[in-house]
Amino acid sequence: MLNEKMQFWGYRRPDGRVGVRNHVLILPTITCATQTAQRVTELVSGTVTFIHQHGCAQVGTDYDQTARTYAGFGMNPNVYGVIVLGLGCETHQAHRIGDEIAKCGKPVETISIQDHGGTLQTIAEVAKIAVRMVQDASMVQRELCDFSELIVGTECGGSDACSGLSANPAVGRTSDMIVEQGGTAILAETTELIGAEHLLAKRAANDQVAKKAYAVIKMMENRSIEMGVDIRTGNPSPGNIEGGLSSLEEKSLGASTKSGTTRLEEVIDYAQQPTKKGLVWMDTPGHDIEQLTGMVAGGAQIVLFTSGRGTPTGSPIAPVIKISTNTPMFDRMNENMDLNAGTIVDGEETVGEVGMRIMDEIKSVSNGKLTKSEILKQHDFGIWRIGPTF
Amino acid sequence: MDEYKTLYLSSKDSVAVALSELPAQADVILKADEYELGITILEPIRFGHKFAVKAIRQGDDIIKYGEVIGAAVTDIPAGAHVHVHNLEGKRGRGDKIAK
Repeated sequence: MLNEKMQFWGYRRPDGRVGVRNHVLILPTITCATQTAQRVTELVSGTVTFIHQHGCAQVGTDYDQTARTYAGFGMNPNVYGVIVLGLGCETHQAHRIGDEIAKCGKPVETISIQDHGGTLQTIAEVAKIAVRMVQDASMVQRELCDFSELIVGTECGGSDACSGLSANPAVGRTSDMIVEQGGTAILAETTELIGAEHLLAKRAANDQVAKKAYAVIKMMENRSIEMGVDIRTGNPSPGNIEGGLSSLEEKSLGASTKSGTTRLEEVIDYAQQPTKKGLVWMDTPGHDIEQLTGMVAGGAQIVLFTSGRGTPTGSPIAPVIKISTNTPMFDRMNENMDLNAGTIVDGEETVGEVGMRIMDEIKSVSNGKLTKSEILKQHDFGIWRIGPTF
Repeated sequence: MDEYKTLYLSSKDSVAVALSELPAQADVILKADEYELGITILEPIRFGHKFAVKAIRQGDDIIKYGEVIGAAVTDIPAGAHVHVHNLEGKRGRGDKIAK
């Protein structure tokens, strides 16, 4: 464990939160606007966007969850300013999302394609605003910040039998160190905690937190029960099974080690901002991109992602540090993987040593070191939909 | 014997993990919590896959990390490969609910 206080150079935002990146985000609130947004990012350097299929004909809690995800993404402190781009007639009205994001004080502009007479004029209008915003963003200076201001998301995807032995326990050590520094670590993927919930509930800060832990597990498990299917037909995945994992419970026991050993402070909803520091469990599915999007919308500036099978995954606005569970995959997919925890299985490093190495990488990446997924422009985005499209 | 790498996480466990390719007839020594036992592997076990460290009866819980990871679908002899063909998950089993 660390005794010294760790710091990094970050971008202080008007709401007091700190970013490790300084993006201008073109945020399409509807699938119909994603292509236009994409064109602007090709024209204006310093801007990012993402492709998705949501934003219309959504109702109730499903509508709310999508709206919360868009707004949370825009509010993430890695984003300097946002141009919210709508079509005009969609259920998720761009101006409503824009107003929500503007509450955190950062620059926000809202544009609709129907109001601007079509694709080409909208591209020109958004690009003009983006040029100004990118130049303003470039003048923000980094300042020295404490690790206590970091929210670090954790996830595993493409797991193998090594995940629970090397990379996940190492991330658990890192999670403990982040909490020790006064920061926040998010544990996610409720599906992949089925079978390990009793171990987490024992670490709950109080009865209410323990009850919510059991409740979110029950809701997730009931989805498969109501469908009349064996959850193993979807999770563990064929690649997990090929790697030696035989059941969801086995996968879960390995996945839960990412949470380290500290007290579980709260269980929060998908894409919700943590209200407490320390270890927080966000209720998300096991789907890699959906949980990543949820944690980033919840304010995570950095995400640690362990993989046994390998993955290109990244976020448009948050660096994702990808950690290999085994050395052969780290060598084979080196262009996608940032760190190797396979050294634990090889007997060359301890779990604690790798946990420390991940902590050092968080510092470097927070200071500006680019991750592989950022360099390869891997801008994944996917919302956990909890209702049908109408 | 030292050429084969394995991991036996807890003396409560009924399975251990191969950390190198194990051929049939390989003799491996397993140690956990100051408990030691020798096993002869019955069939090839791939890197990352599991083998039984003791005879497991059909219907018995299968234990790894000291916790339940599923149940045995058939009797499994010590040294046999334990995977989806003879281990079933007990959670999220909507297929087992009578309609």
